[in-house]
Amino acid sequence: MKKLQILGPGCPKCKKLAEVTEATAKDLGIQYEIEKVTDISEIMKFGVMMTPALAVDGQVKVVGKVPSPDEIKKILD
Amino acid sequence: MSWKTELKILAALVTIFVVAYALPLGNPKIQQAIQEAFRLLQWYARNHTLACVVPALFIAGAIITFLSQASVMRYLGPKSNPVLAYAVASVSGCVLAVCSCSVLPMFAGIYQLGAGLGPASAFLYSGPAINVLAIFLSARVLGLSIGAGRVIGAVTFAVIIGLLMAALFRKAERTKIEAALQIPEPEKPPRHISKTALYLACMVLFLVFSDWFNPGNVVVKTSDGRLFNAVVIHETKDTVRFQLEQDLGPEKTGDKIMLSKDEIAEMQERKTWVLTVYHIRWYLAGLCGLAVVIMAWRWFERDEIREWMLNTWQFTKLLVPLLFGGVFVVGFVSVLLPEKQVANWVGDNSLRSNLVASVIGTFWYFATLTEIPITQALMKLGMHNGPVLALLLAGPALSLPNILVIRKVMGNLKTLVFIILVVVMSTIVGLFFGVFWG
Repeated sequence: MKKLQILGPGCPKCKKLAEVTEATAKDLGIQYEIEKVTDISEIMKFGVMMTPALAVDGQVKVVGKVPSPDEIKKILD
Repeated sequence: MSWKTELKILAALVTIFVVAYALPLGNPKIQQAIQEAFRLLQWYARNHTLACVVPALFIAGAIITFLSQASVMRYLGPKSNPVLAYAVASVSGCVLAVCSCSVLPMFAGIYQLGAGLGPASAFLYSGPAINVLAIFLSARVLGLSIGAGRVIGAVTFAVIIGLLMAALFRKAERTKIEAALQIPEPEKPPRHISKTALYLACMVLFLVFSDWFNPGNVVVKTSDGRLFNAVVIHETKDTVRFQLEQDLGPEKTGDKIMLSKDEIAEMQERKTWVLTVYHIRWYLAGLCGLAVVIMAWRWFERDEIREWMLNTWQFTKLLVPLLFGGVFVVGFVSVLLPEKQVANWVGDNSLRSNLVASVIGTFWYFATLTEIPITQALMKLGMHNGPVLALLLAGPALSLPNILVIRKVMGNLKTLVFIILVVVMSTIVGLFFGVFWG
């Protein structure tokens, strides 16, 4: 079970990242749960200054951009 | 499907329904308001869309795609040189804050993980006001002096507010979050930075030329033989409205007069370099556009171009409905606003007018870019240039929803002081601006 967290206050790019991540996780067929972290002080606890960001099992993997599905595949594998 | 978004859609539908149901179409004031809403929308569509908004969206997309934001944020990290941090924080809104929703997380990050209170406050004050679209649209719609005043005022006073905040709270410990700063290693740039810079410069020049305006300086000869210098403000089929550049009988320099076309015997454009550029602006813009296309074709990977287009499209989806929706609503409301009331509150360059404008700007929420049609409408109703700038400075930096988030990040006292500083500074800048460029 992988825990995928999307960090971002709810801007369009954050939504895009959530969509791409979810679609990729489904494609790979892995067990996952997705959580959207929208609270600024929670986001800060990850050490992230630029949103959107993606954390996998508490580890920040992507900061400040929406990566391509291929990049997300590499991160999730 | 989330409840929140569905409820928002429901609320929008109910609003449209209520308006459609209850709008008193027979009322002449309402009819006039509807007409004005469409007139303003058409004016934006004809004058500001193709030459200004569209190229600016491409530039915004290119900035996000080709400039590494991580390398900018590096200067705002915990170990950064303070002088450099202030300088970078106050101007980096240009590169970083293309979308206003990214300002708050960056502000919180600079404050809690990075350079600290001063640079964070500076960034928060100037960031939202100096993105490419806001700069060009303010200069184009509200006038060059206000556009320039907005940029210079935002950057200068960002530094001052930042320094004051840092000085006032130099003893207060910030609750530093124990987290390692996550800034991605900047990817090795696929081309030399000068190429990217030249590329962006050509695009900005394209915008500057395509958006070049006719200053309208003319020499007018009336049919009764008077000769005077003036600036054309507005021209319709039968009449021309001028602002005088010299005294004419009872009218003084700066007064606005209306002449019907049969009163005018001759109207000649005065030759200035601005006018010369205006006449050849499409050739210059075309040249820059061609250069951009050639550079994009020779230097960039197909993938990058696709990403650029995708980012541009994202901004378009985000900003265009806001801007044009805002223009429409503003056109409608401006007819219903009592002109006398507006002139009474913000019609002169007094301390009170400037204070009222900056307090309203501080608490009112302006959706991205809508501050421009709003101030434009207020100016038409008689708002003075000083309060206009005060509103433009205080407006995007703070709003009630913003204040709530900022409070959570830095606590009540610091937020209160920041609000007071923003109000006071914006009022002062407005006052000075109003004195010199009123």
